[in-house]
Amino acid sequence: MRLKRFAPLLGFVLLAGLLYKGLSIDPTALPAARVGQPFPSFTQLELTSGREITEQSLSPGPALVNVWATWCYSCRLEHPYLLALAARGVPIFGLNYKDDSVKAREWLLQLGDPYRLNVADEQGLVGLDLGVYGAPETYVIGADGHIKHRHVGILDEGVFDRDFVKYFPDMGVSGSVGAAAGDS
Amino acid sequence: MRRLALLVLVSGLFAPAVVWAVIETYQFSSPDLEARYHTLSQELRCPKCQNQNIADSNAPIARDLRVVLYEQLETGASDEEILAYMVARYGEFVRYRPGVDRNTLFLWAAPALLLVAGAGLVVRQARRGGKRAEPLSATEQEEISRLLREQNG
Repeated sequence: MRLKRFAPLLGFVLLAGLLYKGLSIDPTALPAARVGQPFPSFTQLELTSGREITEQSLSPGPALVNVWATWCYSCRLEHPYLLALAARGVPIFGLNYKDDSVKAREWLLQLGDPYRLNVADEQGLVGLDLGVYGAPETYVIGADGHIKHRHVGILDEGVFDRDFVKYFPDMGVSGSVGAAAGDS
Repeated sequence: MRRLALLVLVSGLFAPAVVWAVIETYQFSSPDLEARYHTLSQELRCPKCQNQNIADSNAPIARDLRVVLYEQLETGASDEEILAYMVARYGEFVRYRPGVDRNTLFLWAAPALLLVAGAGLVVRQARRGGKRAEPLSATEQEEISRLLREQNG
């Protein structure tokens, strides 16, 4: 009988705990359906050379696949960090998503080109198969061609150190990536 | 009154733009396909703007998914195949009516569980209530009569 009195309090504490946990969950985070699977197969043109490329061209891994577009403002903010990563030797492949290829080539000429190559996905078909719903997004593909990790939003040093660096064991201490960015 | 009229006018200016934006014309080869299109597009969630289905959303990704949906319907894909295609790319998340699995079991069972719990509470309360209703004592009865008299008089 004594215990029963505290039932409302117990209920309140449980509910409060649940809701408090809910506060720290990012509601925009989507389950990455493709993680653990091979990179979806495609045949598209390469953005600058115009030659035909397939998912086989995105190798050797581990490498990043960065989804970007000239219409994407966040991609512009992200770009300097990609240049710094590329300078450190991280292989980055680009997926130019639903973009005008002419504008995209201009962008690379003006802002620098961190990409080994770029998939010119003007229709967004590769993006659709990959489960892309915006830009920028960045994927890690392993040496086996499988998708290891997905990040939605701007890739910066904090995110790279937290979620990405473990896929690039050869890169050494990642703190120096930031230093490289500062130098350039 | 005049202010209200103005409000109606002004909102009228903006409303059509919003409504027209999501209307697209697809030529369906049969009314049945069109009906399935409407059902499925209302059941698929837009990955970008998370509280809208792809039928209501103006996001580019929702438009792309509507095109995919239309094309797959026209090529004869079944509802299951289309949903599997979407789930493979965007996860179970894209379904407003997710399948029953380990993660969603509680979601599906919750209404039944709550109903049972609620019924249990009601039954218990009713039983206890029945025992408690004791007849009023003579003084209480008198008090009530007095109060009623006061109120009416």
